[in-house]
Amino acid sequence: MVVTARNFVGSYYDPDRLPTIEYPEKRQKLPENSRSFPMLIFDGEDPEAGLRCVACKICEKECPPQCIYIVAERDSRGRAVRHPKIFDLDISVCMACQICVEVCPFDSIKMDTAFEMAGRDRFGAMLLHKSELAKSDAYFHSIHPSEAVGSDARVEHIKKPAGRSQAAPAEATRKAA
Amino acid sequence: MSKAKGKSKGRAKTTASAAAPRSTSTDAPTGSPPVSDRLAPGQLKAQIEAAVEGARIEVVLNPAVPGQSSLVVDPAHAVAVARFLRDAEDLKLDYCSNVTGVDWPDSVVEEKVVHPERVEGGERTVEETIRHRHPGYLEVVYHLYSIPLRHGPVILRQRTANRVDDTRVASLTPVYRSAEFQEREVYDLYGVHFTGHPDPRRILMWPEFEDHPMRKDYVEPDDYEYEPTPNAEVLGKARRHYPMEGTE
Amino acid sequence: MSKVTPFPGQAESGGGADQAPGGMQYEVSRRPGVTDEDEVLEVAVGPHHPSTHGVFRMDVKLDGERIVSLKPVLGYLHRNHEKLGEQTSYLGMMPYTDRLDYFCSLTNNWAYAIAVEKLAGLQVPERAEYIRIITGELTRLFNHACLVGFLLHDMGTMGTPLMYAFREREKVLDLFESLTGARMMCNYQRFGGCRNDLPDGWLDEVSKLVAEFPRWLDEMEQLLTGNEILIARTEGVGVLSPELAVSAGVTGPSLRASGVNYDLRKVDRYGIYDRFQFRVPLGEKGDVFDRYMVRVLEMRESVGILQQAIRDLPGGPVIDPRARQRNFMPPVGEAYGRIEAPKGELGFYLISDGSRRPSRFRVRAPSFVNLTILEDLCLGHTLADAVAILGAVDIVLGEVDR
Repeated sequence: MVVTARNFVGSYYDPDRLPTIEYPEKRQKLPENSRSFPMLIFDGEDPEAGLRCVACKICEKECPPQCIYIVAERDSRGRAVRHPKIFDLDISVCMACQICVEVCPFDSIKMDTAFEMAGRDRFGAMLLHKSELAKSDAYFHSIHPSEAVGSDARVEHIKKPAGRSQAAPAEATRKAA
Repeated sequence: MSKAKGKSKGRAKTTASAAAPRSTSTDAPTGSPPVSDRLAPGQLKAQIEAAVEGARIEVVLNPAVPGQSSLVVDPAHAVAVARFLRDAEDLKLDYCSNVTGVDWPDSVVEEKVVHPERVEGGERTVEETIRHRHPGYLEVVYHLYSIPLRHGPVILRQRTANRVDDTRVASLTPVYRSAEFQEREVYDLYGVHFTGHPDPRRILMWPEFEDHPMRKDYVEPDDYEYEPTPNAEVLGKARRHYPMEGTE
Repeated sequence: MSKVTPFPGQAESGGGADQAPGGMQYEVSRRPGVTDEDEVLEVAVGPHHPSTHGVFRMDVKLDGERIVSLKPVLGYLHRNHEKLGEQTSYLGMMPYTDRLDYFCSLTNNWAYAIAVEKLAGLQVPERAEYIRIITGELTRLFNHACLVGFLLHDMGTMGTPLMYAFREREKVLDLFESLTGARMMCNYQRFGGCRNDLPDGWLDEVSKLVAEFPRWLDEMEQLLTGNEILIARTEGVGVLSPELAVSAGVTGPSLRASGVNYDLRKVDRYGIYDRFQFRVPLGEKGDVFDRYMVRVLEMRESVGILQQAIRDLPGGPVIDPRARQRNFMPPVGEAYGRIEAPKGELGFYLISDGSRRPSRFRVRAPSFVNLTILEDLCLGHTLADAVAILGAVDIVLGEVDR
């Protein structure tokens, strides 16, 4: 009884004994490493042109529950270019394991921290398309600052040439292989 | 039972703040260190064959982890061998940690043989492909440890005659109670029948279930439900499920 | 030692006649004085019973309130985890192991990493070993704390100790989130080390938590250990003899509560446990109270291990840079790796054929094997005691059913 009484009284002034917060009004600060679902990073202003993804399909292959689907864009002659035409991610299947992030050699797919998601449709709303997945590099900096600095340095290193031509940087290909 | 090293916990049931030592000190090096040659597969084989009449032991070497090589026991003598391993004074393998099944399907190994052939005017080499067909079998693997002597593992394996109609091995549940549920699981998932098991029912799947899902040739039932994921594998399922509708 | 009877109350039978699958083959041992079928009542406790810790059923036959037979029925959560293991790459299986014992994902990761490292002969950097021990012991702390809460909850305390335990768990989970990114499904260990290094200030947070934990534990013990109702409900209930415990492969705190000194941290000394000073608490009677007490004492020892690990944590890399994660292909062979998870011996048995996927992936789950003797523990007790016994076995259905 002493213990329960101490906890009951203590909960009024000791934050150690009352760790809950009034959620929608007050929010806990998420730790930097926190993760929810993957997102695609784009550089610059245009989410389509600046997309770092080169449709190499490594994450699609490595994803344990197979929730990623990628189709590479093709140029007029039918050759695959280094840009995804379709990048779908089924977050009803995704288990937020972060393996896609670890295997991506282009620092293109990263973990988001947004966890308040809801949709009216059981299927459609759970299937995120490229446009919904694309998030700016600035947003990435705001949620994972220290990770973003390192990834920016690497991206500079393997800079994607403008126009997404086939003249791919050799090192990126090697790294992807 | 090894009433080990001074059990002196003392049932502390009165107060929580009693400062008396309530746990047992085992900081000293515990037991004898695992002696590897006592459990060397060659020596164990000789020891078992001397002790259990008629037992045929075959040593399977493990290339990756040399300390975990295993002994294949014929099912007819498995129980006697296990009982010997459990009771022998210098082995005392009284703890069966892990029981599991392994499926080795039929395999065909192609071997290219080059041999000279005499033709008129000299010799020439002829390449010939020989196909060795290895019949498959199911295997049950037991990992045994000793609690008093703190050594292990000794790995026992039993093999069935084939994968189809003669899938019997001896149950070691009469020797190691811990095999009871695990052997039921092996029966459930692999279809190995354990002779002498006290309660050979399915354990994880429901009783009416028919196949054995962990076998390599298990075909999963067509229980496809619509999903929006345009995953190639799932799409393949969709096409098989709705052959007429020509799904996207 | 040589006279072990795997089934108490029955003669040991050798491998005998051929048996068709299905149907019970042995009689349950009856408590003397219990009369036969006439008054027996069959009750299905579960699968949605709040005291079964998930979807688990006990088919109980009752004579009055005494249990004369109890058959555990499992598999409601079966998803064929082992088949998944054969269809996924070595790295891809790591996040799935989180979901076995979803309370202790970090120790599950650790056991799997140890098995793979054995198979491939990988070395783990020292710093990573320390981090593994810190995370593993934190897991043990909150697992045992919550178990005590659940046990008391099962016995009708309406959640008060459970909520206190969850409050402590919350602090540990916050630490895990800032280290690994996720609170429960951590997916943190990698082959040859850990995924990332500790974030700034993490260690200070851990030492703060570790310093405060004994105070909470004292408070919990003040509330519970001397409690008359707890003693009345647990003392002499579900007694497990050391002989049966060893034969039945019971591991973890339940084994040590029966007085068998077998802790893999001491026996295998996996990782770097040989550098740490700690004691192995043992019980005397092997009843539910001993199982409770052993866990409380283990938490105190874990606090000591954590303090030593925080004090000695060296610098350096956290992962072997040569260890390949993607396209990881270990050599042909097999390996059985095991650790002392909070619930008992957690083992992974892998057979590699040299490809990207294991050709056999087996999980030796402690709570699954510990359930083998549930019936023996419960026979002759009341149904209410069975709930307490099951609570003290400490099962997690994600691991039982796999």
